[in-house]
Amino acid sequence: MGNYYIRRTARVFATVFIVTSLTFGLIRLLPGGPFTQLRVRLLRQGVPASEVDARIANLQNIQPDAPLWRQYIDYMLSAMQGDFGESISLGKPVAQVVAEAVPWTVFIVLVSTVLIFLFGILLGAIQAYWEGSRFDKAISALSISLMSIPFYVIAVLALFILAYQFQWFPTAGTHGTDVEPGLTLEFLVSALEHAALPIFSYTIGGIGGQALAMRGNSIQVLGNDYVEVARLRGLADRRIATWYVARNAILPLYTGFLLLLGFRLGGTVILEQIFSYPGLGYYLWSALESNDYPLMMGTFLVITVALVIGVYIADLTYSKIDPRISQGESDAY
Amino acid sequence: MPTEAEKQENVNWRSASSESPEVTLRDRLSEYFEERIRKPALVAWSDGRTRIGLLIMSVYIAMAFVAVFDLYRAPSTNQAPRLETAFQSLDYPLGTTMSGVDLLSLIIHSTPDVLLMIIAGGLWATVIAVIIGTLAGYKGGMVDRVLMSFSDVMMAIPGLPLVIILAVTFNPKNPIVLGILINVNYWAGLGRSLRSQVLTIREDNYVEASRTMGMSTPRILLKDVIPNLMPYVTVNFVFAARYVVFASIGLFFLGVLPFSTQNWGVTLNYAYSGGALFTWQAAHWLIFPMIAIMGISLSLILLGQGMDRVFNPRVRTRLAGESESTAEEGDSRTTEVL
Repeated sequence: MGNYYIRRTARVFATVFIVTSLTFGLIRLLPGGPFTQLRVRLLRQGVPASEVDARIANLQNIQPDAPLWRQYIDYMLSAMQGDFGESISLGKPVAQVVAEAVPWTVFIVLVSTVLIFLFGILLGAIQAYWEGSRFDKAISALSISLMSIPFYVIAVLALFILAYQFQWFPTAGTHGTDVEPGLTLEFLVSALEHAALPIFSYTIGGIGGQALAMRGNSIQVLGNDYVEVARLRGLADRRIATWYVARNAILPLYTGFLLLLGFRLGGTVILEQIFSYPGLGYYLWSALESNDYPLMMGTFLVITVALVIGVYIADLTYSKIDPRISQGESDAY
Repeated sequence: MPTEAEKQENVNWRSASSESPEVTLRDRLSEYFEERIRKPALVAWSDGRTRIGLLIMSVYIAMAFVAVFDLYRAPSTNQAPRLETAFQSLDYPLGTTMSGVDLLSLIIHSTPDVLLMIIAGGLWATVIAVIIGTLAGYKGGMVDRVLMSFSDVMMAIPGLPLVIILAVTFNPKNPIVLGILINVNYWAGLGRSLRSQVLTIREDNYVEASRTMGMSTPRILLKDVIPNLMPYVTVNFVFAARYVVFASIGLFFLGVLPFSTQNWGVTLNYAYSGGALFTWQAAHWLIFPMIAIMGISLSLILLGQGMDRVFNPRVRTRLAGESESTAEEGDSRTTEVL
């Protein structure tokens, strides 16, 4: 068992290492090459030719004239220390931009994913209990229709109708420009107002899938012998519903929760762009548009690390929660 | 799914015995047709969801035909009055865009590329997953460890950001390449769950028998293992295809992918940047591409769920009137990203 945890932890570092290396390779593959573009840009800005290399080194953490392996080691070392260089378009260290963006993105993703699970589990459980009823059929149909709407369609429609036409919600930003960030009621209200539409559109589309999964799980659990035995023992319906059925039906959804959390971090690229919500995804996209490679790679790495950690936690805790899962190795043929 | 395995075992046993002289090729073909095509098709058709899904999909296929054989005018600027709203004239039933393009022709001529893209993406994801999953699950040991570590790494890279960066790097224009690019690491999750299924299949008697008889690994995989995985793979093909629709149109909409082809996402992007957000007058420009997207994903979901029933042994026995249970598998989906 202990061996498994060590191997699993080692794999986290290996994954992060490989992805960081991959970003290094991608930087060099990117169209036009960041160095050529940077050099042209700096020269155009009037930086003397003799200083250009030094400026590039400062921005990218890479000595452009050093051999490849040297550049690679420099890049990896500074990335390990959380130093992703300086953003070209914003003129700030990438680490600072990312640190400002992360809380907003995490807020949106976490709240919407929790809401998805709450509503999904509730709806699915009720459906399973009233299996075959009109309610069940209606919710199933609704779930399937919701599943077929991409979240960005909901986002655009919500922005179009609620923000632009009715002007009930702001159309951009994380909080009002006249509100100072801080633990004041005014700020919290403003932040919630700005986050409401992104969270809403990121939640609605996901509920259907979870409800269907929960429904399927619950129906399977309901068919088990131990539920029958519990009924025969005369246990209260409520007790059976929560302690026997719900617990076992939610279990498989749990891993999905952490995985989904990580995956949905990636989806924020589209979401935050639509709402001009300056989180991780927004910066990733704007970095892409302005050829800001350090910022692009920094945000990409942070999103990846978040996902890796999410999967890691899911793997480790799942075997704790569900004792049936064992990490046995199979024999080789 | 033990019942499924038993069922397959049965079929395998029969096809092995069909080598005997009194069974003609004709019998074998008709039995194959009966078992593999007619019965599943009956079950599928008996499910309303499959019927509706197929119906919607056939509309898209018809649209693709219309576009490929040029039965409807191709979109071009200034072919119509600007920003005409929908249902005003028979000439431009869905209205026109800001630059005077017929919206209906835009939507129709986007279909072939979208279909190509989702087929390519779905095939890529499922084929790679089957190869990796069966090999890792069947061979076990070192092969298993290496392949699974590899897919774990792939799984850990967030799909959408990776696709965006790859799209900027390689600037793909071909819809087939695009489909593959979008699902570049989608196979990882599917491969993992296929592997765990293979782990149980490989302990089955008939696989052991084949192994004792000295059959080669590729032959065992192809004849004994993969047929058992097909239900799961087919369902996931549909889900992978749906992911391609969601992701590709989202990325076209963002403007990440090159605007080399017609695509509903491109139309959405123009509508969005053309100011359709600010006025009801241009709402049709946003709404009809959205309906196109939702229609195709709805049909894919319905098909996926319908097929799930076809391959679900408990539902299949109900066809024979043996069981009334309506239990469903809830975990056919491996990765639900968007």
